[in-house]
Amino acid sequence: MDSISNLRDGIVRGETTARAATESALNAAEKLNDTLNAFLEIDRDGALNRAEAIDATIKSDDETAALSAMPLAGIPIAIKDNICVRGMQTSCGSRILGPYHPPYNATAIERLITAGSVIIGKTNCDEFAMGSSNENSAFGPVKNPWDISRVPGGSSGGSAAAVAAGIVPVALGSDTGGSVRQPAALCGVIGLKPTYGRVSRYGLVAFGSSLDQIGVLARVASDAAAVLQVIAGRDPHDATSADVPVPDYSAELNRAIKGMRLGVSRALLGEGLSADVRAAIEESIEAYRDLGAEIVDIDLPHAKYAIAVYYIIATAEASSNLARYDGVRYGFRAEDAPALKQMYRKTRDEGFGPEVKRRIMLGTYVLSAGYYDAYYLKAQKVRTLLRQDFARAFQKCDAVLTPTTPTPAFLFGEKVDDPLAMYLNDIFTVTANLAGVPGISLPCGLSSEGLPIGLQLMGPYWSEARLLRLAHAYQKANPLTARPRIHA
Amino acid sequence: MPITETDIEKIAQLAHLEITDDERRLFAPQISEIVTYVEQLNAIDTSEVEPALGGLTPEGEQTVSWRRDEVQPSLGQELALDQAPDAAAGHFRVPKVLG
Repeated sequence: MDSISNLRDGIVRGETTARAATESALNAAEKLNDTLNAFLEIDRDGALNRAEAIDATIKSDDETAALSAMPLAGIPIAIKDNICVRGMQTSCGSRILGPYHPPYNATAIERLITAGSVIIGKTNCDEFAMGSSNENSAFGPVKNPWDISRVPGGSSGGSAAAVAAGIVPVALGSDTGGSVRQPAALCGVIGLKPTYGRVSRYGLVAFGSSLDQIGVLARVASDAAAVLQVIAGRDPHDATSADVPVPDYSAELNRAIKGMRLGVSRALLGEGLSADVRAAIEESIEAYRDLGAEIVDIDLPHAKYAIAVYYIIATAEASSNLARYDGVRYGFRAEDAPALKQMYRKTRDEGFGPEVKRRIMLGTYVLSAGYYDAYYLKAQKVRTLLRQDFARAFQKCDAVLTPTTPTPAFLFGEKVDDPLAMYLNDIFTVTANLAGVPGISLPCGLSSEGLPIGLQLMGPYWSEARLLRLAHAYQKANPLTARPRIHA
Repeated sequence: MPITETDIEKIAQLAHLEITDDERRLFAPQISEIVTYVEQLNAIDTSEVEPALGGLTPEGEQTVSWRRDEVQPSLGQELALDQAPDAAAGHFRVPKVLG
């Protein structure tokens, strides 16, 4: 598959068309969906109409004007089903949203459409983005294209699988505790979680409001840069989107990384890490040294508490955000409830799956009278300490290097009965959300079983350009040449 | 702290969740285990630490989100009611409030 810039240039020059690119993505999505279950909706008619409109605009415009107006002209893209796209469903992988079709576009979607990209469909995910394996989708799990007996990761598993299988060059996901980076690692693609406030969340269904961020899944760093370029920036519809200038993410991609300092915490490479992951990380450290980077020791003393902090804060915020699903204004309503309160309870009982209920209850518990100080306030204080850890680390290094996950993709059913074991899978990723810093996962080799392994880089606030440059340099020197078994 | 099935029932009430006996039996030990796990935070001295409420970066905190209090176009009644499970006469209709 072509990179975004090659594909777009071909479309703008008339060597191919947006329609042809879109049709090929739609065909692949439809053909592979029985196997992968990556899409919950594929919008063939809408996507083809849109592609034809782009082709018509390109014909009537001159090449330079078309390029500058539409940096993503004709690029097919897949969107996680918790981001609102007008004319398509938004289910969040849940039954509680019923037949919901949002009447508006998320800001990120509005910007992608203006830039000329073509949305081909909505991707499967863990219910309300709560999960690390996609086993929590009400519509069945996504399969990992490398081995369909294994999970694709979560919660943006559909977006990761769609990119890994070559259906689309890029997809959007959302990342609250690793939901873009973890599936990217398990499916062998790039996953970028931007700084908190970098991308507007208007139209992203809320899970943990102090943690959520829309992110990009792509095969190569340059494609992730092209999409971030379009979706980043202040939006008056999202008060948490920051007024910080958006740099040119592609401009510095090819600059050498010689002299950059990568921080490694040896304590984080200890127990719980699979031998294959440890070996791959050690090799990538050497690969970065070969590229001229300097490796420095850092310490994140509170990182070991990150899962505990995360599962207090994320569930507390979720219990509040998910209170809106009450069967009144939109979505599903249970039948035959005699009175309002019973209707709420029955709707939520029938509409939510077990993991969502578990997290709502945990969140309700930690916020309840008598426990707020002991759990929620305590967690927010340790979050401060973790933020200070990162601030100190970034005085010594330009980016922190860790594995993305402790193991490669695990088998379906392996952790489903043990929520805590499932949560520990996010040990390396939740820290970036708690600190608000950007993180990127990139493929750094295969396990002995031929499964992809992810390397994570985290940088200071607003350092996406640096992370993309580091990822690009690594990918150029060490491209992942193997392909998943299931591929378009 | 151990969470009993009675606690689970109470929490479910607070969260407007109806849960089955099976779910109660399943959730009580699972939520207990998670709560025990998060209690490791008690080992950390946070007496001098300010809580990190919200996720904003320093730049995000400085971003001015005020706008003039002027009426803007909105969804409108028709579109707002379009997806309601039960809408009538320009309103959301719900079962009787007092049981």
